[in-house]
Amino acid sequence: MAETWIVLGASSSMARALVRRLAARGDGLILAGRDLADLERDAADARVRGAAFAEVVRFDAREPACVAPILARAKACEGTVSAAVFVGSMPPQAEIDADPGLIEGVVTDSFTGPARLLQGLAPIIEARGAGTVIGVGSVAGDRGRISNYVYGAAKAAFATYLSGLRNRLGRAGGHVLTVKPGFTDTAMTWGIEGMFLVASPDKVATDILSALEKQRNVIYTPFFWMGIMGIIRLIPERVFKKLSV
Amino acid sequence: MQWKTADYAGWGRALRARGRIARPERVSALRDALAEGGPAIGNRLSYGDGALNADGAAVQMTRMDRLLAFAPETGVIEVEAGATIGALLKLLAPQGWMPAVMPGTGLATIGGCIANDVHGKNHHGAGSFGQHVLAVTLMTQTGPREVSPASDPALFRATMGGQGQTGAILSARLKLMAIPGQRMKVVETRMRDFDSFIAALDASEADFTVGWIDATAKRKRLGRGILEEGTLVEGTRPGPERRPKPVPFDAPRALLSWPVVKIFNRWYGSGVPDSGRKRTRALDEFFFPLDALTDWNRLYGKRGFHQFQCVVPADRAPALKEILTTIARGGVASPLAVLKRMGPGRAGHLSFPMDGYTLAVDLPARARVPALYARLEEQVIAAGGRIYLAKDALARPESMAAMYPELEAWRAEAAKADPERRLATDLVRRLKLRSA
Ligand SMILES: Cc1cc2nc3c(=O)[nH]c(=O)nc-3n(C[C@H](O)[C@H](O)[C@H](O)COP(=O)(O)OP(=O)(O)OC[C@H]3O[C@@H](n4cnc5c(N)ncnc54)[C@H](O)[C@@H]3O)c2cc1C
Ligand SMILES: NC(=O)c1ccc[n+]([C@@H]2O[C@H](COP(=O)([O-])OP(=O)(O)OC[C@H]3O[C@@H](n4cnc5c(N)ncnc54)[C@H](OP(=O)(O)O)[C@@H]3O)[C@@H](O)[C@H]2O)c1
Repeated sequence: MAETWIVLGASSSMARALVRRLAARGDGLILAGRDLADLERDAADARVRGAAFAEVVRFDAREPACVAPILARAKACEGTVSAAVFVGSMPPQAEIDADPGLIEGVVTDSFTGPARLLQGLAPIIEARGAGTVIGVGSVAGDRGRISNYVYGAAKAAFATYLSGLRNRLGRAGGHVLTVKPGFTDTAMTWGIEGMFLVASPDKVATDILSALEKQRNVIYTPFFWMGIMGIIRLIPERVFKKLSV
Repeated sequence: MQWKTADYAGWGRALRARGRIARPERVSALRDALAEGGPAIGNRLSYGDGALNADGAAVQMTRMDRLLAFAPETGVIEVEAGATIGALLKLLAPQGWMPAVMPGTGLATIGGCIANDVHGKNHHGAGSFGQHVLAVTLMTQTGPREVSPASDPALFRATMGGQGQTGAILSARLKLMAIPGQRMKVVETRMRDFDSFIAALDASEADFTVGWIDATAKRKRLGRGILEEGTLVEGTRPGPERRPKPVPFDAPRALLSWPVVKIFNRWYGSGVPDSGRKRTRALDEFFFPLDALTDWNRLYGKRGFHQFQCVVPADRAPALKEILTTIARGGVASPLAVLKRMGPGRAGHLSFPMDGYTLAVDLPARARVPALYARLEEQVIAAGGRIYLAKDALARPESMAAMYPELEAWRAEAAKADPERRLATDLVRRLKLRSA
């Protein structure tokens, strides 16, 4: 029996690119998000491309009540159930500075909302002795920068969470892949100035799939961001605090 | 962010625009973007200004590219308009189907193929792209609306080849062509000159034909080149997937100087022995030979280039020979010239095809090109032919009524669908397509 994937944030173009590849290998897909009418079109696309099945469920990271029905659906699936998390939101830092009330939403979207669902999925993976969690973080989580430190903090929290979850699920036959994309050409970044080395969503999806095959734990995509972030992490804090990178 | 302001260009890079561009990834974002006005555009493979809207807004459809339904028994597929022809071919060929009409690049979107009612190497038999469209869904102010030849024949006709002026196409239902396998048997034959080329095109019984000609050859050699005839055959894809190579920088001007082009053409022609050559090719290699190099338009340098493509009626082959003579004498480099036989098939008021012969020649953007183009334009009108809007950057508005006799009927439909002319492109304004 093929694998079933719960995809949170399925409307992201990165998710869409991965879903197409998973569909082509015949996996089952549960596309979770807020824009259900549009996700139905993604589900149709997945079916045409060969998915065993593709359906849509509502997931709003900020509504804890969404979690239970998705978990119930997961339990009802035979075989391996895996999850891929693409949820995240990045309001401009200036808006957050003006309205600190936004912080909670950013942290919920990138961390606590998805974590709540994964927390419920973990026992299912453990019970079945198989299953993968793909968590999309960001290079922004590797170091807090003046231009988006709240978003970065949420992504750092998610990465730390994934590390712990890996530790837990690894013992039971599960696997956790943390993905840290650099600048990617998606709706989130359309029109943002000053981006460089921008990758396509397809590139991110290809990297994710090959990392899955190799059972990698943490990847940067494209790979060169590992080098860039390695250097950025090495800069002493007393120097870094004066930079605007 | 929904909008960004960018400098952008047509494929020829000679005409440019600065304006706001949105690239929606979902229907609700598309609806919001369209509410601000501006045409839908695809991958901007139209050579001139067909996909430009200077100082205005444009909605790039390339991320609206989902496959909505496919019936492998009947070969009908419904796709969002931003999907590319090449992506469809890749997905469908292993299942025994392909788009019935494909232009020379796999990067063209379905929306672009409809809005220019494109033709392929099988036009003489299969007709134009729009003839295989069963229905389109247009985004209107009140929401998506399906339009078919039965539901609204006039609007449907105005949409096929309609330069996007009847509304943004959200999706289309297409009748595919059944194929026996993923291979094309190709026979290449050398052609001595123009007359033998025309005779060979007329005599050919192949489903797919294209003539590559050396537009720099003059006098006795005028019109020499290679005729490629393709027949679909059984078998899996021959050879591995292609990996397109990028052209990393704009070519220096010298690269395409006249002598270099002549040498290029001689070399190209010499790849085929006198006795001809038979090869088996993968479908994408046959249909989209130029896609092997991404961004090959950079080979023409920063100033860019134009393409002149015309069609003349079948009984006016001699006029086409005159046109080719004008080009060869013009002394402007044109390493990529194509000669094809066309059938009568066309789906819209402004569709390009007519029963006859079509010639397409690249012209680097140089000072003397507009004058040359104007001369060619006159010759085309005199021959009762027309210039292809998808390639055009230089034609004059006065020529349109003669070339496109159904222009008035189209205008009326476009005006009904978009009374405020919110969808006008630079091409539509330059050629005064929507105003008398
Ligand atoms: C190498 C090469 C080879 C080619 N070979 C051929 C050939 O063999 N035969 C042929 O016929 N053409 C050929 N062409 C031309 C090309 O097929 C057309 O210009 C086609 O329209 C390009 O599609 P696009 O998606 O890039 O559209 P664009 O160039 O971006 O747009 C073209 C027109 O379509 C409209 N449009 C695009 N999407 C939509 C939509 N969703 N809804 C409404 N309107 C829309 C735009 O407003 C514009 O008017 C070739 C071009 C190149 C570069
Ligand atoms: N683009 C980049 O350069 C880049 C770089 C590094 C990391 N990333 C990360 O990559 C992931 C994908 O982002 P993207 O670039 O593809 O941008 P995107 O299109 O904005 O995707 C964000 C996704 O998160 C979902 N989402 C946001 N808030 C939500 C909520 N409250 N509840 C449920 N879903 C919610 C969105 O769903 P809706 O459809 O419901 O809005 C959407 O699917 C994100 O985690 C992002 O942080 C992006």
